[in-house]
Amino acid sequence: MPKVTVDGLELEVPQGATVLQACEMAGKEIPRFCYHERLSIAGNCRMCLVEVAPGPPKPQASCALPATEGQIIRTDTPMVKKAREGVMEFLLINHPLDCPICDQGGECDLQDQSVAYGRGASRFEENKRAVTEKYMGPLVKTAMTRCIQCTRCVRFAEEVAGIEEVGAIGRGENMQITTYLEHAMQSELSGNVVDLCPVGALTAKPYAFEARPWELKKTPSIDVMDAVGTNIRLDSRGRAVLRALPRINDDVNEEWASDKTRHAVDGLTHRRLDKPYIRKDGKLVAAEWAEAFDAIKAHWNGAAAVLAGDQVDCETMFAARELAGTSMLEGRQTGLAYDTSSLSAVNFNTTITGIENADVILLIGSDLRREAPLVNTRIQKAIRKRKAKVFAIGPMTDLTYKVEWLGDDLSALTKAPKALADALKTAERPAIIVGGGALRYAGVHGAALALAKKFKLVRDDWNGFNVLHFAAARMGGLMLGYAHDGGIKKLAAAQPKLAFFLGADEVDYSLFAGSFKVYVGHHGDKGAHHADVILPGAAYSEKSGTYVNLEGRVQRGERAVFPPGDAREDWAIFRALSDVLGKRLPFDSLDALRAEMAKAVPALGVEGLADYGWSEPSLPSDVSGKIVDYPIKDFYLTNAICRASETMQKCSAELVHGTQYLEAAE
Amino acid sequence: MADAVNIPDEAETRAKWSNFAFSKEYKARADMYIGRYPAGRQQSAVMALLDLAQRQVGEETHTQGWLPVPVIEYVASYLGMPYMRTYEVATFYTMYNLAPVGRYHVQVCGTTPCMLRGSDDILAACKSRGLVKGATTPDGMFTLNEVECMGNCASAPMVQINDDNYEDLDHGSMTAILKDLAEGKQPKIGTQLPGRHTVEPYGGATTLHAMVDKNHDYRGEY
Repeated sequence: MPKVTVDGLELEVPQGATVLQACEMAGKEIPRFCYHERLSIAGNCRMCLVEVAPGPPKPQASCALPATEGQIIRTDTPMVKKAREGVMEFLLINHPLDCPICDQGGECDLQDQSVAYGRGASRFEENKRAVTEKYMGPLVKTAMTRCIQCTRCVRFAEEVAGIEEVGAIGRGENMQITTYLEHAMQSELSGNVVDLCPVGALTAKPYAFEARPWELKKTPSIDVMDAVGTNIRLDSRGRAVLRALPRINDDVNEEWASDKTRHAVDGLTHRRLDKPYIRKDGKLVAAEWAEAFDAIKAHWNGAAAVLAGDQVDCETMFAARELAGTSMLEGRQTGLAYDTSSLSAVNFNTTITGIENADVILLIGSDLRREAPLVNTRIQKAIRKRKAKVFAIGPMTDLTYKVEWLGDDLSALTKAPKALADALKTAERPAIIVGGGALRYAGVHGAALALAKKFKLVRDDWNGFNVLHFAAARMGGLMLGYAHDGGIKKLAAAQPKLAFFLGADEVDYSLFAGSFKVYVGHHGDKGAHHADVILPGAAYSEKSGTYVNLEGRVQRGERAVFPPGDAREDWAIFRALSDVLGKRLPFDSLDALRAEMAKAVPALGVEGLADYGWSEPSLPSDVSGKIVDYPIKDFYLTNAICRASETMQKCSAELVHGTQYLEAAE
Repeated sequence: MADAVNIPDEAETRAKWSNFAFSKEYKARADMYIGRYPAGRQQSAVMALLDLAQRQVGEETHTQGWLPVPVIEYVASYLGMPYMRTYEVATFYTMYNLAPVGRYHVQVCGTTPCMLRGSDDILAACKSRGLVKGATTPDGMFTLNEVECMGNCASAPMVQINDDNYEDLDHGSMTAILKDLAEGKQPKIGTQLPGRHTVEPYGGATTLHAMVDKNHDYRGEY
């Protein structure tokens, strides 16, 4: 632990810390552009200059200088001030003065730092350099004249996203950042380069010229596009959410968000259900709330089935469950019927941060890149940092890193191939991840548990057994009992007279031909098309909700905007309906509901990782056959919000189906 | 203005070059270069391999050679590198031509020492023979480019034509060199001054006179 002195303040810094980190620990602000905590060090912007003794009598780039014992660091000398002014002046030489028309304005590192550390006026009178725009895909808008070549985007693409498609071509004054031959970035995380860009060179294409940051109301929320539970901030103006940005949470998403998380928000204003509908003579007709409730009452016999969709919050599921009063609850819309007697056996036990420390990872029928892109980056990290070996059973797919494919035959689970067996045997922290693609097949869950037992994946300080869900509502649903024995097929076979569908758009509705179907949701998607009564609910941005992510982390998001038209928060709908049905639910406010929910399922009352313990159900483990495909066919169109989003449709057309869009000038 | 790199029509070059592969001799040399680096570090040979690929393209097209995109990709796959990383190298160094060049690639040095010694005359000589900066002559013989210092300041002005340097030029000697090349003759390589061999002081030593004939220890005379 070296001891250093920063501006007269003596402090101890961890071994391997840089001078910049030491200064930050001392509470000094060091301006920087290229340095980023989560990327490798480049040291090319020179903005972080400080004076260090002992050392050469010149300013030193603190981001690339290791802190050593006895260093005396000064960040407040005239030399440092002058050096910063000089670097700033050079950076601004070729930077256009187009802040008024730049989307980064107001949240621009260059703007802020030039005010704080620049010299005020430029002495440069020659022509500025201009750079042609580059094409980087449907989400990233470029204005490369503004680029200061910090190479953060290049390093992000290589180190985090795992795609080496972004680079710097040319040299000197002609150096330009671009994607390979200006093809679109083939990544589910491409939107993050917009946040990383310290200037306005890379901005969000769908958000271009929409708003200034200071006009926006910022609401902390939880993303529902996948089961990672990305912590997000919803920026809204008036009644519309304009963008979603990740919040920093090292346990979940670090500071990244997938493209779907960021850019599906325009779907929140399209194809919305804003008034109740009743099916009359085969056609859905707009109605009043009271009429809709009466129509439901006519089919109410004291019990109902409830089918939860992928994006529902726990409050809604709890309210629906209390009203329905049955065990006919199911959230696994696509027909999965795995055993849920032990929640720990269907949880991501290693935790999202934990998987970074694994040294051998086996993926079983999991297309991680599409199912949970941010878990995929953790595995990428495990490979980079710990030289982890990754094996996979399933059809070959590009996961952005090197994978040893063991074929798609499930028998590899019971008779582990030698390479896998050897690796698992000698591994210190082995982990397996069972994806939804494998859980479809009978016996896989049991076989995976048997494999875990055989190779002692669960140890005192390490649990390497993971099931990867990709529906935000899944873990919360399982905690609330939304798992019918035998899955949705068996539930439908019981022929419920009345069935509530909570934003369930993936269900095979032909199974419920005999039921009176009430759809409570926010988008006019598949579920609404089949409904007999539609009750318009709130999307994730329009209600405060509790979500449990794939590792069992209970998180709460807040309401950013109000639901459109007559739509109401879902729990309030069930509370109102309960009055009509003569079974008044015992809560009048969200807080009261949460208190009731915490009484029923205590873990949902506490934010943070829920403890499921570890218990192993004994399941049949005979497996045969092959993993045919992965459940997510189109990453950009997995739920009702994405399908309503123009941006996501464009991404899907271009990145998944290869449609080429011509630019206006062509 | 830093324009996008001018990549010749992608579809056409892909059609023409997508089957590129090292010939037997070039493959042997490529593997020799790769062998110079430790196993797993074969990417270090990227510059040598790009040069070999450019030479082979040159032989196939009877020019100095260039690097079509599919050839860059071939080299990248040969070394197990991402395309982008190889492409970065190919665009960084001026030695790699990203567009087709002629039989002779005339690179005139225009940096200060050469300019002071008359590189403008050299460019004028090129111009009078129909060479245009940044373009190839219609007969495909010459491509002219002005480049930065090539390290021959002691025998300025100079040009590099393909692999050879021609130094101590003037308008006349440059015209003669271009004429010879156009006629298929090999002009004298190196300095064009009569009596000069390399870059020794022209017209005899101006300093260290005592060293001209035999070794002399100056140390006592400081």
